[in-house]
Amino acid sequence: MQAFRRRRFVALSLAAALATAPAVAADLTVSAASSLANAFADLGHAFEVAHPGDRVVLNLAASDVLLRQIEQGAPADVFASADETTMDRAAATKSIDPATRRDFAGNTLVLIVAAAARVPKALDELAGPGYPHIAIGNPESVPAGRYARQGLVDAKLWDALQPQLVPTQNVRQALDYVARGEAQAGFVYATDAAVLKDKVRVALVVPTATPVRYPIAVTAASAHAQLARSFVEFAASADAQAVLGRHGFASVAR
Amino acid sequence: MPAAALTPLLLTLKVALFATLLATLFGVLFARTLGRKRSVARDVAESLLTLPLVLPPTVLGYYLLVVLGRNGVIGSWLLDHFGITLIFTWQGAVIAAAIAAFPLILRSARAAFADVDASLEQAARTLGLREGAVFFRITLPLAWRGVLAGALLAFARAMGEFGATLMVAGSLPGRTQTLALAIYDAVMAGDDARAAMLVWISLLVAIVVLLIAARLLQRRRP
Repeated sequence: MQAFRRRRFVALSLAAALATAPAVAADLTVSAASSLANAFADLGHAFEVAHPGDRVVLNLAASDVLLRQIEQGAPADVFASADETTMDRAAATKSIDPATRRDFAGNTLVLIVAAAARVPKALDELAGPGYPHIAIGNPESVPAGRYARQGLVDAKLWDALQPQLVPTQNVRQALDYVARGEAQAGFVYATDAAVLKDKVRVALVVPTATPVRYPIAVTAASAHAQLARSFVEFAASADAQAVLGRHGFASVAR
Repeated sequence: MPAAALTPLLLTLKVALFATLLATLFGVLFARTLGRKRSVARDVAESLLTLPLVLPPTVLGYYLLVVLGRNGVIGSWLLDHFGITLIFTWQGAVIAAAIAAFPLILRSARAAFADVDASLEQAARTLGLREGAVFFRITLPLAWRGVLAGALLAFARAMGEFGATLMVAGSLPGRTQTLALAIYDAVMAGDDARAAMLVWISLLVAIVVLLIAARLLQRRRP
Protein backbone atom coordinates (compact mmCIF):
# COMPACT_ATOMS: atom_id res chain seq x y z
CA MET A 1 0.00 0.00 0.00
CA GLN A 2 2.78 2.34 1.01
CA ALA A 3 4.70 1.49 -2.18
CA PHE A 4 1.59 1.97 -4.28
CA ARG A 5 0.91 5.36 -2.78
CA ARG A 6 4.49 6.43 -3.39
CA ARG A 7 4.32 5.29 -6.97
CA ARG A 8 1.11 7.19 -7.49
CA PHE A 9 2.72 10.30 -6.02
CA VAL A 10 5.65 9.98 -8.43
CA ALA A 11 3.27 9.51 -11.35
CA LEU A 12 1.26 12.56 -10.34
CA SER A 13 4.36 14.70 -9.94
CA LEU A 14 5.58 13.59 -13.34
CA ALA A 15 2.23 14.41 -14.91
CA ALA A 16 2.27 17.82 -13.26
CA ALA A 17 5.78 18.48 -14.46
CA LEU A 18 4.89 17.46 -18.01
CA ALA A 19 1.74 19.55 -18.03
CA THR A 20 3.60 22.69 -17.03
CA ALA A 21 6.69 21.96 -19.12
CA PRO A 22 5.69 23.96 -22.24
CA ALA A 23 5.26 27.08 -20.14
CA VAL A 24 8.66 27.03 -18.43
CA ALA A 25 12.25 27.51 -19.45
CA ALA A 26 12.03 28.00 -23.17
CA ASP A 27 15.03 29.21 -25.17
CA LEU A 28 13.75 31.80 -27.60
CA THR A 29 16.11 32.14 -30.56
CA VAL A 30 15.98 35.65 -31.98
CA SER A 31 17.73 36.08 -35.33
CA ALA A 32 18.46 39.79 -35.54
CA ALA A 33 20.30 42.03 -38.01
CA SER A 34 23.88 42.86 -36.95
CA SER A 35 23.05 46.52 -36.38
CA LEU A 36 20.60 45.47 -33.63
CA ALA A 37 23.34 43.75 -31.58
CA ASN A 38 23.59 46.18 -28.66
CA ALA A 39 19.94 47.19 -28.54
CA PHE A 40 18.68 43.60 -28.70
CA ALA A 41 21.06 42.50 -25.94
CA ASP A 42 19.23 45.01 -23.72
CA LEU A 43 15.81 44.06 -25.09
CA GLY A 44 16.59 40.40 -24.45
CA HIS A 45 17.42 41.09 -20.80
CA ALA A 46 14.25 43.15 -20.34
CA PHE A 47 12.19 40.37 -21.91
CA GLU A 48 13.80 37.76 -19.65
CA VAL A 49 12.94 39.85 -16.59
CA ALA A 50 9.31 39.99 -17.73
CA HIS A 51 9.27 36.25 -18.53
CA PRO A 52 11.10 34.49 -15.69
CA GLY A 53 12.59 31.15 -16.74
CA ASP A 54 12.67 31.93 -20.43
CA ARG A 55 15.90 32.80 -22.15
CA VAL A 56 16.51 34.94 -25.21
CA VAL A 57 19.28 33.58 -27.42
CA LEU A 58 20.53 36.14 -29.92
CA ASN A 59 21.74 35.08 -33.35
CA LEU A 60 23.33 38.09 -35.07
CA ALA A 61 24.36 38.35 -38.73
CA ALA A 62 23.52 40.22 -41.89
CA SER A 63 19.76 40.01 -42.53
CA ASP A 64 20.11 37.96 -45.72
CA VAL A 65 22.37 35.48 -43.96
CA LEU A 66 19.78 35.07 -41.18
CA LEU A 67 17.04 34.49 -43.75
CA ARG A 68 19.17 31.89 -45.53
CA GLN A 69 19.60 30.08 -42.23
CA ILE A 70 15.85 30.18 -41.52
CA GLU A 71 15.04 28.98 -45.05
CA GLN A 72 17.42 26.07 -44.54
CA GLY A 73 15.62 25.09 -41.35
CA ALA A 74 17.57 26.86 -38.61
CA PRO A 75 15.44 26.77 -35.42
CA ALA A 76 14.90 30.52 -35.10
CA ASP A 77 11.72 31.80 -33.43
CA VAL A 78 11.87 35.50 -34.25
CA PHE A 79 13.35 37.24 -37.29
CA ALA A 80 14.25 40.94 -37.20
CA SER A 81 15.72 42.28 -40.45
CA ALA A 82 17.20 45.64 -41.35
CA ASP A 83 15.13 46.18 -44.46
CA GLU A 84 11.72 45.39 -45.91
CA THR A 85 13.31 43.70 -48.95
CA THR A 86 14.60 40.82 -46.84
CA MET A 87 11.34 40.48 -44.91
CA ASP A 88 9.38 40.54 -48.19
CA ARG A 89 11.51 37.65 -49.38
CA ALA A 90 10.93 35.85 -46.07
CA ALA A 91 7.20 36.27 -46.61
CA ALA A 92 7.48 35.09 -50.23
CA THR A 93 9.30 31.90 -49.18
CA LYS A 94 6.77 31.39 -46.34
CA SER A 95 9.56 31.57 -43.77
CA ILE A 96 7.59 33.87 -41.46
CA ASP A 97 4.05 34.16 -40.18
CA PRO A 98 2.96 37.29 -42.14
CA ALA A 99 0.21 38.10 -39.62
CA THR A 100 2.86 38.80 -36.96
CA ARG A 101 4.99 41.11 -39.13
CA ARG A 102 5.39 44.71 -38.03
CA ASP A 103 7.92 47.54 -38.20
CA PHE A 104 9.46 48.33 -34.84
CA ALA A 105 12.36 50.74 -35.48
CA GLY A 106 13.92 53.13 -37.95
CA ASN A 107 17.47 54.20 -38.59
CA THR A 108 19.64 56.51 -40.69
CA LEU A 109 22.45 55.59 -43.08
CA VAL A 110 25.60 57.61 -42.50
CA LEU A 111 29.03 57.97 -44.05
CA ILE A 112 31.71 57.53 -41.41
CA VAL A 113 35.42 58.26 -41.66
CA ALA A 114 38.41 57.02 -39.70
CA ALA A 115 39.77 59.33 -37.00
CA ALA A 116 42.80 60.19 -39.18
CA ALA A 117 40.91 60.66 -42.45
CA ARG A 118 39.74 63.94 -43.95
CA VAL A 119 36.04 64.59 -43.34
CA PRO A 120 34.23 64.88 -46.66
CA LYS A 121 31.48 67.47 -46.95
CA ALA A 122 29.70 65.72 -49.79
CA LEU A 123 29.49 62.15 -51.11
CA ASP A 124 31.32 62.97 -54.35
CA GLU A 125 34.48 63.86 -52.42
CA LEU A 126 34.92 60.10 -51.94
CA ALA A 127 36.01 59.91 -55.57
CA GLY A 128 38.92 62.25 -54.81
CA PRO A 129 42.19 61.33 -53.10
CA GLY A 130 42.34 60.15 -49.51
CA TYR A 131 39.84 57.30 -49.70
CA PRO A 132 41.52 54.25 -51.29
CA HIS A 133 39.31 51.88 -49.27
CA ILE A 134 35.64 52.45 -48.59
CA ALA A 135 33.89 49.77 -46.51
CA ILE A 136 30.36 48.88 -47.51
CA GLY A 137 28.16 45.93 -46.60
CA ASN A 138 28.02 43.50 -49.52
CA PRO A 139 24.81 44.63 -51.27
CA GLU A 140 24.10 41.02 -52.25
CA SER A 141 23.59 40.00 -48.63
CA VAL A 142 23.68 43.06 -46.35
CA PRO A 143 20.79 45.58 -46.17
CA ALA A 144 23.12 48.44 -45.13
CA GLY A 145 25.04 47.76 -48.35
CA ARG A 146 21.84 47.90 -50.37
CA TYR A 147 20.83 51.23 -48.82
CA ALA A 148 24.36 52.54 -49.51
CA ARG A 149 24.32 51.27 -53.09
CA GLN A 150 21.00 53.01 -53.62
CA GLY A 151 22.44 56.26 -52.22
CA LEU A 152 25.55 55.99 -54.39
CA VAL A 153 23.58 55.12 -57.52
CA ASP A 154 21.31 58.13 -56.90
CA ALA A 155 24.43 60.30 -56.49
CA LYS A 156 25.82 58.80 -59.75
CA LEU A 157 28.91 57.56 -57.91
CA TRP A 158 28.30 53.79 -57.81
CA ASP A 159 30.34 52.96 -60.92
CA ALA A 160 33.13 55.46 -60.26
CA LEU A 161 33.75 54.20 -56.72
CA GLN A 162 33.84 50.48 -57.59
CA PRO A 163 37.66 50.10 -57.37
CA GLN A 164 37.65 51.60 -53.85
CA LEU A 165 34.78 49.60 -52.37
CA VAL A 166 35.56 46.89 -49.83
CA PRO A 167 32.50 44.66 -49.45
CA THR A 168 31.92 43.36 -45.90
CA GLN A 169 29.93 40.43 -44.49
CA ASN A 170 27.77 42.65 -42.29
CA VAL A 171 27.46 46.27 -41.30
CA ARG A 172 29.56 45.85 -38.12
CA GLN A 173 32.53 44.59 -40.15
CA ALA A 174 32.38 47.83 -42.16
CA LEU A 175 32.36 49.73 -38.86
CA ASP A 176 35.35 47.70 -37.62
CA TYR A 177 37.43 48.30 -40.76
CA VAL A 178 36.91 52.06 -40.47
CA ALA A 179 37.56 52.05 -36.71
CA ARG A 180 40.90 50.30 -37.35
CA GLY A 181 41.75 52.80 -40.08
CA GLU A 182 42.07 50.03 -42.71
CA ALA A 183 39.24 51.66 -44.61
CA GLN A 184 39.24 55.45 -44.64
CA ALA A 185 35.48 55.70 -45.00
CA GLY A 186 32.47 53.45 -44.72
CA PHE A 187 28.71 53.21 -44.81
CA VAL A 188 26.97 52.20 -41.57
CA TYR A 189 23.88 53.13 -39.63
CA ALA A 190 23.91 56.11 -37.27
CA THR A 191 23.40 53.64 -34.39
CA ASP A 192 26.53 51.68 -35.39
CA ALA A 193 28.64 54.84 -35.55
CA ALA A 194 27.45 55.69 -32.01
CA VAL A 195 28.80 52.35 -30.70
CA LEU A 196 32.39 53.41 -31.57
CA LYS A 197 32.01 57.16 -31.47
CA ASP A 198 35.54 57.66 -30.11
CA LYS A 199 37.05 55.88 -33.13
CA VAL A 200 34.94 56.96 -36.08
CA ARG A 201 33.40 60.26 -37.09
CA VAL A 202 30.10 60.74 -38.87
CA ALA A 203 30.80 62.82 -41.97
CA LEU A 204 27.29 63.08 -43.33
CA VAL A 205 23.88 61.49 -43.48
CA VAL A 206 23.38 59.54 -46.69
CA PRO A 207 19.95 60.20 -48.16
CA THR A 208 18.15 56.98 -49.09
CA ALA A 209 15.05 56.87 -51.28
CA THR A 210 13.76 53.97 -49.16
CA PRO A 211 13.74 54.88 -45.47
CA VAL A 212 15.68 52.51 -43.21
CA ARG A 213 13.05 50.42 -41.43
CA TYR A 214 13.33 47.30 -39.27
CA PRO A 215 10.53 44.74 -39.59
CA ILE A 216 10.15 41.87 -37.11
CA ALA A 217 8.07 38.68 -37.35
CA VAL A 218 7.58 35.23 -35.85
CA THR A 219 9.11 32.52 -38.02
CA ALA A 220 6.76 30.05 -39.67
CA ALA A 221 8.54 27.08 -38.08
CA SER A 222 8.90 28.51 -34.56
CA ALA A 223 8.64 25.87 -31.85
CA HIS A 224 7.69 28.58 -29.32
CA ALA A 225 5.24 30.58 -31.43
CA GLN A 226 3.32 31.91 -28.39
CA LEU A 227 6.45 33.20 -26.68
CA ALA A 228 7.81 34.47 -30.01
CA ARG A 229 4.60 36.47 -30.50
CA SER A 230 5.04 38.06 -27.08
CA PHE A 231 8.59 39.03 -28.01
CA VAL A 232 7.41 40.65 -31.25
CA GLU A 233 4.71 42.53 -29.34
CA PHE A 234 7.26 43.49 -26.71
CA ALA A 235 9.59 44.96 -29.36
CA ALA A 236 6.84 47.39 -30.35
CA SER A 237 5.88 48.24 -26.75
CA ALA A 238 6.64 51.61 -25.14
CA ASP A 239 9.26 50.01 -22.86
CA ALA A 240 11.15 48.46 -25.74
CA GLN A 241 10.85 51.63 -27.81
CA ALA A 242 12.51 53.53 -24.96
CA VAL A 243 15.41 51.04 -24.97
CA LEU A 244 15.74 51.27 -28.75
CA GLY A 245 15.59 55.05 -28.50
CA ARG A 246 18.49 55.04 -26.02
CA HIS A 247 20.53 53.18 -28.65
CA GLY A 248 19.65 55.81 -31.23
CA PHE A 249 16.94 54.02 -33.18
CA ALA A 250 14.01 56.08 -34.40
CA SER A 251 10.61 54.95 -33.25
CA VAL A 252 8.20 53.99 -35.98
CA ALA A 253 4.87 55.78 -35.69
CA ARG A 254 2.07 53.25 -35.89
CA MET B 1 34.79 28.05 -67.81
CA PRO B 2 32.98 31.33 -67.11
CA ALA B 3 35.09 34.27 -65.95
CA ALA B 4 33.04 34.43 -62.75
CA ALA B 5 34.60 31.08 -61.79
CA LEU B 6 37.96 31.40 -63.51
CA THR B 7 39.00 34.55 -61.65
CA PRO B 8 38.56 33.11 -58.14
CA LEU B 9 40.14 29.82 -59.26
CA LEU B 10 43.30 31.48 -60.61
CA LEU B 11 43.49 33.72 -57.57
CA THR B 12 43.14 30.71 -55.27
CA LEU B 13 45.93 28.85 -57.06
CA LYS B 14 48.16 31.93 -56.98
CA VAL B 15 47.59 32.54 -53.27
CA ALA B 16 47.99 28.85 -52.37
CA LEU B 17 51.16 28.50 -54.44
CA PHE B 18 52.90 31.52 -52.91
CA ALA B 19 51.68 30.57 -49.45
CA THR B 20 53.02 27.03 -49.87
CA LEU B 21 56.41 28.32 -51.04
CA LEU B 22 56.63 30.65 -48.03
CA ALA B 23 55.44 27.98 -45.61
CA THR B 24 57.82 25.38 -47.05
CA LEU B 25 60.81 27.70 -46.84
CA PHE B 26 60.16 28.59 -43.21
CA GLY B 27 58.86 25.13 -42.31
CA VAL B 28 62.04 23.41 -43.49
CA LEU B 29 64.19 26.10 -41.87
CA PHE B 30 62.48 25.74 -38.49
CA ALA B 31 62.30 21.94 -38.74
CA ARG B 32 66.08 21.87 -39.18
CA THR B 33 66.63 24.39 -36.39
CA LEU B 34 64.49 22.33 -34.01
CA GLY B 35 66.82 19.43 -34.73
CA ARG B 36 66.87 15.86 -33.52
CA LYS B 37 67.47 16.19 -29.80
CA ARG B 38 64.37 16.38 -27.67
CA SER B 39 64.42 18.99 -24.94
CA VAL B 40 61.90 21.05 -23.01
CA ALA B 41 62.89 24.14 -25.00
CA ARG B 42 62.34 22.32 -28.28
CA ASP B 43 58.96 20.97 -27.21
CA VAL B 44 57.84 24.44 -26.15
CA ALA B 45 59.11 25.96 -29.40
CA GLU B 46 57.36 23.32 -31.47
CA SER B 47 54.10 23.80 -29.57
CA LEU B 48 54.24 27.55 -30.17
CA LEU B 49 54.99 27.05 -33.86
CA THR B 50 52.06 24.60 -34.14
CA LEU B 51 49.57 27.10 -32.67
CA PRO B 52 48.24 28.31 -36.06
CA LEU B 53 47.00 24.75 -36.68
CA VAL B 54 45.04 24.43 -33.47
CA LEU B 55 43.85 28.00 -32.89
CA PRO B 56 40.59 29.10 -34.51
CA PRO B 57 41.40 30.89 -37.80
CA THR B 58 39.62 33.94 -36.44
CA VAL B 59 42.24 34.24 -33.69
CA LEU B 60 44.92 34.16 -36.36
CA GLY B 61 42.94 36.68 -38.41
CA TYR B 62 42.56 38.97 -35.44
CA TYR B 63 46.28 38.96 -34.64
CA LEU B 64 47.23 39.44 -38.28
CA LEU B 65 44.81 42.36 -38.53
CA VAL B 66 46.28 43.88 -35.38
CA VAL B 67 49.92 43.30 -36.39
CA LEU B 68 49.72 43.92 -40.15
CA GLY B 69 47.10 46.69 -40.00
CA ARG B 70 48.12 50.27 -40.52
CA ASN B 71 48.31 50.83 -36.77
CA GLY B 72 50.08 47.50 -36.17
CA VAL B 73 53.76 47.01 -35.43
CA ILE B 74 54.65 45.55 -38.83
CA GLY B 75 51.85 47.23 -40.76
CA SER B 76 52.79 50.76 -39.75
CA TRP B 77 56.48 50.08 -40.42
CA LEU B 78 55.73 48.77 -43.93
CA LEU B 79 53.49 51.75 -44.60
CA ASP B 80 56.00 54.34 -43.36
CA HIS B 81 59.04 52.89 -45.11
CA PHE B 82 57.67 51.35 -48.30
CA GLY B 83 54.11 52.66 -48.59
CA ILE B 84 52.85 49.06 -48.55
CA THR B 85 49.58 47.95 -47.02
CA LEU B 86 48.82 44.23 -46.80
CA ILE B 87 45.22 44.51 -45.66
CA PHE B 88 42.74 43.99 -48.55
CA THR B 89 45.49 42.66 -50.87
CA TRP B 90 46.19 39.18 -52.25
CA GLN B 91 49.61 39.37 -50.62
CA GLY B 92 47.82 39.70 -47.30
CA ALA B 93 45.86 36.55 -48.18
CA VAL B 94 49.17 34.79 -48.94
CA ILE B 95 50.52 35.64 -45.49
CA ALA B 96 47.33 34.48 -43.77
CA ALA B 97 47.33 31.20 -45.73
CA ALA B 98 51.07 30.66 -45.26
CA ILE B 99 50.84 31.00 -41.48
CA ALA B 100 47.80 28.71 -41.35
CA ALA B 101 49.63 26.09 -43.46
CA PHE B 102 53.06 26.45 -41.84
CA PRO B 103 52.60 23.92 -38.96
CA LEU B 104 51.67 21.16 -41.42
CA ILE B 105 54.95 21.42 -43.25
CA LEU B 106 56.94 21.99 -40.07
CA ARG B 107 55.69 18.75 -38.53
CA SER B 108 56.06 16.65 -41.69
CA ALA B 109 59.54 17.99 -42.36
CA ARG B 110 60.69 17.47 -38.78
CA ALA B 111 59.44 13.88 -38.79
CA ALA B 112 61.10 13.29 -42.16
CA PHE B 113 64.43 14.69 -40.94
CA ALA B 114 64.23 12.55 -37.81
CA ASP B 115 63.72 9.45 -39.99
CA VAL B 116 67.01 10.05 -41.80
CA ASP B 117 69.70 7.67 -40.52
CA ALA B 118 71.88 9.78 -38.22
CA SER B 119 74.96 7.66 -38.99
CA LEU B 120 74.82 8.80 -42.65
CA GLU B 121 74.94 12.44 -41.53
CA GLN B 122 77.73 11.55 -39.13
CA ALA B 123 79.69 9.82 -41.88
CA ALA B 124 79.39 12.90 -44.07
CA ARG B 125 80.71 15.04 -41.23
CA THR B 126 83.72 12.78 -40.69
CA LEU B 127 84.42 13.09 -44.42
CA GLY B 128 84.71 16.84 -43.89
CA LEU B 129 81.31 18.15 -45.04
CA ARG B 130 80.15 21.28 -43.24
CA GLU B 131 76.73 21.36 -41.49
CA GLY B 132 75.03 23.26 -44.34
CA ALA B 133 76.37 20.83 -46.89
CA VAL B 134 75.32 17.85 -44.75
CA PHE B 135 71.79 19.22 -44.72
CA PHE B 136 71.54 19.95 -48.43
CA ARG B 137 73.45 16.91 -49.72
CA ILE B 138 72.46 14.21 -47.23
CA THR B 139 69.44 15.05 -45.03
CA LEU B 140 67.21 16.90 -47.50
CA PRO B 141 67.67 14.43 -50.42
CA LEU B 142 66.81 11.55 -48.06
CA ALA B 143 63.83 13.34 -46.53
CA TRP B 144 62.29 14.97 -49.60
CA ARG B 145 59.22 12.76 -49.69
CA GLY B 146 58.19 13.80 -46.21
CA VAL B 147 58.84 17.45 -47.02
CA LEU B 148 56.82 17.14 -50.23
CA ALA B 149 53.95 15.41 -48.46
CA GLY B 150 53.92 18.30 -45.98
CA ALA B 151 54.00 20.82 -48.82
CA LEU B 152 51.00 19.19 -50.50
CA LEU B 153 49.06 19.23 -47.24
CA ALA B 154 50.06 22.85 -46.83
CA PHE B 155 48.86 23.63 -50.36
CA ALA B 156 45.49 22.04 -49.64
CA ARG B 157 45.19 23.95 -46.37
CA ALA B 158 46.19 27.21 -48.07
CA MET B 159 43.59 26.68 -50.80
CA GLY B 160 40.87 26.22 -48.23
CA GLU B 161 41.92 29.07 -45.91
CA PHE B 162 38.85 31.07 -45.04
CA GLY B 163 38.57 32.75 -41.64
CA ALA B 164 41.87 34.56 -41.37
CA THR B 165 41.83 35.45 -45.07
CA LEU B 166 38.38 36.96 -44.78
CA MET B 167 39.48 39.15 -41.89
CA VAL B 168 42.82 40.24 -43.34
CA ALA B 169 42.27 40.37 -47.09
CA GLY B 170 38.53 40.85 -47.15
CA SER B 171 36.36 39.34 -49.86
CA LEU B 172 37.02 41.67 -52.79
CA PRO B 173 35.76 40.10 -56.03
CA GLY B 174 38.59 39.79 -58.55
CA ARG B 175 41.21 40.94 -56.05
CA THR B 176 41.16 38.86 -52.87
CA GLN B 177 38.07 36.69 -53.29
CA THR B 178 39.38 33.12 -53.42
CA LEU B 179 37.17 30.09 -54.16
CA ALA B 180 36.36 29.50 -50.49
CA LEU B 181 35.31 33.13 -50.05
CA ALA B 182 33.41 33.22 -53.35
CA ILE B 183 31.42 30.12 -52.31
CA TYR B 184 30.56 31.71 -48.97
CA ASP B 185 29.47 34.95 -50.65
CA ALA B 186 27.38 33.09 -53.21
CA VAL B 187 25.62 31.05 -50.52
CA MET B 188 24.98 34.12 -48.37
CA ALA B 189 23.59 36.01 -51.36
CA GLY B 190 21.26 33.08 -52.08
CA ASP B 191 22.96 32.36 -55.41
CA ASP B 192 22.91 28.57 -55.16
CA ALA B 193 23.70 28.00 -58.84
CA ARG B 194 26.93 29.97 -58.57
CA ALA B 195 27.79 28.30 -55.26
CA ALA B 196 27.23 24.83 -56.74
CA MET B 197 29.44 25.62 -59.74
CA LEU B 198 32.25 26.91 -57.50
CA VAL B 199 31.92 23.88 -55.24
CA TRP B 200 32.34 21.56 -58.24
CA ILE B 201 35.45 23.44 -59.33
CA SER B 202 36.88 23.20 -55.82
CA LEU B 203 36.20 19.46 -55.80
CA LEU B 204 37.92 19.01 -59.16
CA VAL B 205 40.98 20.97 -58.07
CA ALA B 206 41.17 19.00 -54.81
CA ILE B 207 41.01 15.69 -56.68
CA VAL B 208 43.72 16.79 -59.12
CA VAL B 209 45.97 17.84 -56.21
CA LEU B 210 45.39 14.49 -54.49
CA LEU B 211 46.17 12.56 -57.69
CA ILE B 212 49.40 14.50 -58.17
CA ALA B 213 50.27 13.86 -54.54
CA ALA B 214 49.66 10.12 -54.91
CA ARG B 215 51.78 10.01 -58.07
CA LEU B 216 54.66 11.95 -56.49
CA LEU B 217 54.68 9.95 -53.29
CA GLN B 218 54.04 6.55 -54.89
CA ARG B 219 57.44 4.89 -54.99
CA ARG B 220 58.28 4.83 -51.35
CA ARG B 221 61.72 3.39 -50.57
CA PRO B 222 61.66 0.19 -48.52
